[in-house]
Amino acid sequence: MKILVPVKQVPDTATQVKVGQDARQIETGGITWIISPYDEFAVEEALRIKEKRGEGEVVVVSLGPDRVKEALRSALAMGADRAIHVNDPAFNEADTLLTARVLAAVIKQEAPALVIVGRQAIDDDMGAVPAQLAELLGWPSLYWVMEAAIDAGGRTIRAGRQVEGGLEVFEAPLPCVLTAQKGLNEPRYPTLKGIMGAKKKEIKDLRADDLGVAPESAQLSIVRLETLPPRPPGRIIGGDVREAAHELVRALREEAKAI
Amino acid sequence: MRVELTEEQEMIRAMAREFADKEIRPIAADIDRGARFPQETVRRMGALGLLGMTIPPVWGGSGADAVSYAVAVEEIAKACASHAVVMSVNNSLFCEPVHKHGTEEQKKRFLVPFASGARIGCFALTEPQAGSDATNQATLAVRDGDHYVVNGRKLFVTNGREAAAALVFCQTDRALGHHGISALLIEKGTPGFGVPRVEDKLGLRASDTAEFVFEDCRVPVGNRLAGEGMGFKIAMGALDGGRIGIAAQAVGIAAGAWELALAYARERKSFGVPIGQHQMVQWMLADMATAIDAARLLTLKAAWLKDAGQPFGTVAAMAKLFAAETAMKVATDAVQVHGGYGYITDYPVERYFRDAKITQIYEGTSQIQKLVIARAVLGEA
Repeated sequence: MKILVPVKQVPDTATQVKVGQDARQIETGGITWIISPYDEFAVEEALRIKEKRGEGEVVVVSLGPDRVKEALRSALAMGADRAIHVNDPAFNEADTLLTARVLAAVIKQEAPALVIVGRQAIDDDMGAVPAQLAELLGWPSLYWVMEAAIDAGGRTIRAGRQVEGGLEVFEAPLPCVLTAQKGLNEPRYPTLKGIMGAKKKEIKDLRADDLGVAPESAQLSIVRLETLPPRPPGRIIGGDVREAAHELVRALREEAKAI
Repeated sequence: MRVELTEEQEMIRAMAREFADKEIRPIAADIDRGARFPQETVRRMGALGLLGMTIPPVWGGSGADAVSYAVAVEEIAKACASHAVVMSVNNSLFCEPVHKHGTEEQKKRFLVPFASGARIGCFALTEPQAGSDATNQATLAVRDGDHYVVNGRKLFVTNGREAAAALVFCQTDRALGHHGISALLIEKGTPGFGVPRVEDKLGLRASDTAEFVFEDCRVPVGNRLAGEGMGFKIAMGALDGGRIGIAAQAVGIAAGAWELALAYARERKSFGVPIGQHQMVQWMLADMATAIDAARLLTLKAAWLKDAGQPFGTVAAMAKLFAAETAMKVATDAVQVHGGYGYITDYPVERYFRDAKITQIYEGTSQIQKLVIARAVLGEA
């Protein structure tokens, strides 16, 4: 069973994001780039499905500039079999729909039985690509999946997705698109052997021409990024405990209007 | 000259850092207090390939270079120096000499399970009267047919209680002095091999430091590593590599303590400003950062020379000396930055202070490193 996992490279969660000179972009200098954590759950799930079935291939794909190769190599170090890097300046400003079109073109070439992807990337939190991708492919999609099991014949998948207060269990025919939610699994650390072996695995470079995707201009474009106004500092109510409690209740009721 | 890590070395650093932060850091204070050997995380380090890093994959190792090893030890030590010493001893003082000197048969038995981390090994050189004076070995191995009969005591053996086998240095010919020392691989459970006590230590409390007693312990001649009389050379060679590991551990302790001091200097206020705004604190933080970077570069240089197949013993001694002194100084100042809070166990910095001290003592004291360096620079090595 071939499983394809689109991954997005995003700034490390510890990054102090700063808006750049051009207010439509963030400052990228000094950023440590990682695979978006939800996509890491997706890679892990694909590897587990392959290991459980004892056969299969896990292909990771990413869209972006040269640095994206590091994210792909991290996925290869975890155990993915090969990688595809769509590296074309024509897609530099791609919005979610164009990204989905590119990924759909890759998926048509690769014809996997399953696509697993993070429920959203942690940089812009759009979460739109998986649904758009499924739509373009005409495949069912299951969002926020917490558990997944494929039948022995590899024809259907049973997936539990997170809903308020519980799980909603679906069955869907393959091929389909799953999005991974936190809790689906605990991603493995790449082993030394995996890291050393990653450089011997294939990363295929593709451009717009290879995919037959016309480099259209993005329909969504960022006008500007704004930082949130700084949070007002907390307030410590001192003095007599009894009076402080009264003051706290008053402030919560009258100023914060929280109670 | 390039002073940057390769992409692969960066990936190894990232993996070791993530594992250390998520799996080791949360338990570090607890295992230190309880002097509890971290079986589970050490087992997982083995599965990740961290316990036989420089050993080729055919012998159960990871086939990484010495630079990667130094980088990984540093990351582990930043979170917990005890884990780092377990790792360093198994890699440098057990697996490396067995790989370098072992026969095919010995490598099958004493390298594959140990480099893969399924078992851990240890290195028994120090004796009650033979610390820095390591040539003064009293443990005797007397040939009796196809066995040696071993009698003697070994002290301060890191991993001693947990190890499945030990590389034990014995006098096979007392008349030859240190040219009469041989290295024997002795498995736990061999009759006559006792572990009567485990030390209660100031630092590295989660790593086990044991005493060994050998009483008419019969060891097959086939367990001897290399020829009779080669033991001292094997020990010194292993310690050259070990010093890279301990230097990296010391850099990690220093860097870990420094990170704590830096975070504290940003958040703690006195006289109305974060204490990091005070020039005297800034002075300390600047000195710490400078010394740590210098120690790290020296350590990586020793590792790089080893990878390049060049003589690295003197630089490894310099790295071990400088990194150990740096660890002690930085950890001391990191406690100072914390003030009274640095002296209590609610804050982790006191553990780094206690852990730092041993780096100036084991695998050659700072004074011995100076002796090694002086002999080399004077051309008397």
